[in-house]
Amino acid sequence: MAETPHEEETLGKAFEPRLVRRLFSLARPYRRYASGAVVVLLLESFAQLASPLLTAAAIDLLFSKEKTGAGGAARGVDGFFRFFGVDLHAGHGIEWIAALSILMATFAFVFMMVMVWWTSTMGQGVMFDLRTRIFAHLQQADIALYDRTPVGRLMTRLTTDVDALNELFTSGFVALLGDVAVLAGIVAILFTLDTTLAAITFAILLPMLWVTNWFRKGARDTYRDVRVKIARVNAFLQEHISGIGIVQLFRREAVARQRFAEVNDAHRKANIDSIFYYSVFYPALDFLSAVGMGSIVWYGGGEVIRGRMTLGAVVAFLQYSKRFYRPLMDLSEKYNILQAAMASSERIFQLLDERPSITAPEHPVVPEEPLRGDVAFEDVRFSYTAGEEILKGVSFHVEPGRTVALVGATGAGKSTILNLLLRFYDVTGGRVLVDGTDVRRYDPVDLRKHFGIVLQDTFLFTGTIADNVSFFDPEMARARIEEACLEVGLGPLLARIPGGLDAKLSERGGGLSVGEKQLVAFARALARDPRVLILDEATSSVDPETERTIERAVERVLAGRTSIVVAHRLSTIVRADRILVLSHGEVKESGTHAELLAEDGLYARLYALQLKDREAAA
Amino acid sequence: MMRRYQILLYISIRRRCARTHGRAPPNPMRDLPRFLRYFRRRPGAYTAGFCAMLASTGLFLAMPGVVRRAIEELGAGVTRERLFRLAGVIVLLAVGDAIALFLTRRILIGASRDIEYEMRRDLFDHLLRLPPPWYRKNRVGDLMSRAVNDLSAVRMLLGPGIMQAANTLFVGIAALALMFSVSPPLTLVALAVFPVIAIATKVMGQATHRRFTKIQEFFSEISAEAQENFSGVRLVRAFAREKSEEARFDANNREFRRRNLGLARLNALFFPLLQFLVGVGFALTLWAGGRFILAGKLSVARYVEFNLYMLELIWPAIALGWVVNLGQRGAASWNRMVDLWDAMPLPAEEDTGERLPGDVEFRELSFAHGERSILTGVSLRVAAGTTVAIVGRTGAGKSTLLNLLLRLDDPPAGTIFVGGRDLTTIPLPVLRRNVAAVPQETFLFSDTLANNVAFGRPDATRAEIERAVQDAGLAPDVARFPKGLDTIVGERGITLSGGQKQRTALARALLTDAPILVLDDAFSSVDTETEAKILEGLKGAAGGRTVFLVSHRLSTLQNADVAAVLDGGRVVETGTHAELLAMGGLYAAIAERQRLAEEMEAA
Repeated sequence: MAETPHEEETLGKAFEPRLVRRLFSLARPYRRYASGAVVVLLLESFAQLASPLLTAAAIDLLFSKEKTGAGGAARGVDGFFRFFGVDLHAGHGIEWIAALSILMATFAFVFMMVMVWWTSTMGQGVMFDLRTRIFAHLQQADIALYDRTPVGRLMTRLTTDVDALNELFTSGFVALLGDVAVLAGIVAILFTLDTTLAAITFAILLPMLWVTNWFRKGARDTYRDVRVKIARVNAFLQEHISGIGIVQLFRREAVARQRFAEVNDAHRKANIDSIFYYSVFYPALDFLSAVGMGSIVWYGGGEVIRGRMTLGAVVAFLQYSKRFYRPLMDLSEKYNILQAAMASSERIFQLLDERPSITAPEHPVVPEEPLRGDVAFEDVRFSYTAGEEILKGVSFHVEPGRTVALVGATGAGKSTILNLLLRFYDVTGGRVLVDGTDVRRYDPVDLRKHFGIVLQDTFLFTGTIADNVSFFDPEMARARIEEACLEVGLGPLLARIPGGLDAKLSERGGGLSVGEKQLVAFARALARDPRVLILDEATSSVDPETERTIERAVERVLAGRTSIVVAHRLSTIVRADRILVLSHGEVKESGTHAELLAEDGLYARLYALQLKDREAAA
Repeated sequence: MMRRYQILLYISIRRRCARTHGRAPPNPMRDLPRFLRYFRRRPGAYTAGFCAMLASTGLFLAMPGVVRRAIEELGAGVTRERLFRLAGVIVLLAVGDAIALFLTRRILIGASRDIEYEMRRDLFDHLLRLPPPWYRKNRVGDLMSRAVNDLSAVRMLLGPGIMQAANTLFVGIAALALMFSVSPPLTLVALAVFPVIAIATKVMGQATHRRFTKIQEFFSEISAEAQENFSGVRLVRAFAREKSEEARFDANNREFRRRNLGLARLNALFFPLLQFLVGVGFALTLWAGGRFILAGKLSVARYVEFNLYMLELIWPAIALGWVVNLGQRGAASWNRMVDLWDAMPLPAEEDTGERLPGDVEFRELSFAHGERSILTGVSLRVAAGTTVAIVGRTGAGKSTLLNLLLRLDDPPAGTIFVGGRDLTTIPLPVLRRNVAAVPQETFLFSDTLANNVAFGRPDATRAEIERAVQDAGLAPDVARFPKGLDTIVGERGITLSGGQKQRTALARALLTDAPILVLDDAFSSVDTETEAKILEGLKGAAGGRTVFLVSHRLSTLQNADVAAVLDGGRVVETGTHAELLAMGGLYAAIAERQRLAEEMEAA
């Protein structure tokens, strides 16, 4: 809704051979529609151009007193009818001509309809294919791509950029041909009728082209200006409506009103600037076409007096001069369409050309079924950007079924360990082993099937609770889903919420409390009965009741599986088989709660600090 | 006589069209006086605009007459000079017409932009004054849609809508009258198609709009789903759901294509159909006109003139159907906007600028949201300069209590007193001046840090802002920002961490220097150590400031002079931290759990 103007709006060339070739290749599956549309379009242009000729013929052949003075147009039409054995002078001429006019109008109607139908099928097809490709591509793309690209930009590729190509395919390429055909047809007919008058009529084209070009540029610039300004108005509104509470609490109304008046007025001014172009353009066109009409009357009339032209031809000129403007105007529109399409397709192709670096090897090792769940890090080093090492040689081993708790300050490297285990990123040094095999030798999708994960920021999808627990897996049994929910303590929620498992959750699990959302995330991980569980505990505070439920859920989820937990809860930490204390990318201490306390190191000091607090409290 | 009959026929067609419309959505425009007020403010513009339009219509429609004259004189042996003069007349008429048309557009569309400006301004003014409970019932997305889409639909009605309606009326009547003057029977033939054109435009325009709206709705659904997939990419990968996500997207994508093709099919019909109808119209007049000419009842020149008038009628006929749709959409949008206007704003009260003493008393305060009782008989006295902690489980009523003090909800009279005065008798601006708040959910504006901090006091000096930033414990962070206090935060600038946001919000509240400060769980993302430092600083800097704070944290609770424990909407315990722990009640239980939770947080 509130479009934010950004650097991506800059437009470049309207024609880039490299891009055009790739765009054409997108249309290849629909080439039959394209060629069919071109044929139909040419027929349509032909039918459309017939009507003024028929009028001319009627005037010359039937209405003029001197029947000998039939011009080229009239003779052509006359010949056409003679070919079918019809004599227009035999009394029913006007009926024949009117009937032919209606027939031509019908042809134009049918051809045009078929043309638009085919080009739309092609345009929609190309867009459908592109969306599928972009989405599929993004399902394979590296997590690194997501980490450096805002989601909004990915959405723009999938929506706005694809839409920009729609016009190119539906009203771009094919219609362009059509406009050229109509123009060429008019030129040909007029020059056949009378060379000098045709030249005079087309002389009007030059100023028309000039005015159109002036308008196109001006209107485009002001249109962009208007869009930028309306985006500002809407952004301002959105922000102030969202933050209305703060505005009111801080008595900011007067200032807000005044600042809104400024952005609102800037928008009005931009619009009034754009009215200028429109209000000059259309009258200027009318004026030029009137000048054209005046010239035709003046010169054509003179020729009629001298008997060098027929009245019908002059009338045909008048009618054609009114018709050649539309295709001309369309042509200039096409320029903008092409320009936008080039810019959009460039961005789309750029995204599609990005090859993922984390892929399955050519001959992947198939994970054991069931996975034993033996996880080991061997001298793992990792950096997101060269020179800034996040992990500096981390080694540890988790035996199947055991729980390891990762403890340490923010930035110590806990989340990175999870990223590497899930192969969201690849190590820069050392190895990560699952069941004794380097994770890089598995197909990541196969491997991850054995993992369960609960993220720190609970992320739920729009859909029912059941959808979220099964993660839209239609094959997961209903009983399994229900069981998982009950195990993590979602029973009371399911009993309370209307619809139970089928209760619709709005965006991001709206309608559920923070604690309930966490429980759904637990159920989601549990429902797949994974061999390896990865848990990044949420830090957000919940009330003590919920806290107790979550603790029980954690206990249940971890039981009997290899678990790697970024832990914040005391209960989780104390129960872990092993605690790893991380600091600045290194494992400083490792052992059970009791061992680490006895070691009297970092962990013990942290714990003692809390103990003192407890005594002070007591 | 005949001419009048013709016009009546035309008008009755218009009216019939209008009547079928009225039936479809039976919603006449509400609050018409408010709507008309915008017009009445600029009578000159609309009068001038319509006059210019009349002039343009007259000049424009004079041209075919000149063409006819030229053709007639061709048959009567005309000179080239005479023809040149006729051509000159056409060009002159065209110049006049161009100027009049320019003025029409400029004046009428310009006026509609002015009205749009005023409506948007008035709407925003109104929104600024609507009370907080109203905002809890209305979603931002809906409000935005009223302020953006509906306003734009109303603008279309006011500008292009009215302009085209008037143009249709002027040109339609004039062209028909002129056609009639050429040949009444031929006009009747021509009239066979024009109403069909208007009705076709209307019907198809409506259908297009309906399908388009549905497609838009579906589009937001499909984008929301894709966006979720992208945002939740880690989960999708970790659960190896790529294939099923692709399948889900594919299903939507197919449906989207199907609906779009449905719309395209309709569009494929529309313009060719119009063109066809026009073509049929001309063919029919050619046939009828031809017969009249052959019968000697009509001259070729007059026939050409007639044809030129007919050409001018095409657009008004199309515009008629279009305008009716614009009108309907505009009226529906206006009615949705009237819903907003109908919401009762807060009364405008005067800000006397007075400073209230910082003592607060809750006296037998009970409060309910509809049926649900939130607070029951809450009584609490807080002396000026005291820091009071409000403790309790989720849903105990803590936030409601503070919201009532902030008058984000309206308390019953005689239940809350600030500086000895009943809260409900204190003008709202005065209360706001005296009570500053840091709400649970931090909201900052995309603006510089300095402007965000000075939000409540745009006149604050740089030194004052720096002081507030210092007191809020934000100074070390600011020092690291690229442009210090002038760094832009939010969407267009750098992203602040949760803790930084909360401290910015605190600085914003501190800068107002209000005697009462409300902190609703305002430090949840700030680490314990920093929080302790901030609270320590607050006590030093407070100078008799009364502080209400909601928190789960032990360190925070320890910092308070006194705590009140809420449970089920009642105050169940009050006392100092030590007293309450010794009591061994709910406070002690909450503190114990919290201590356990906190112990490992630092690790």
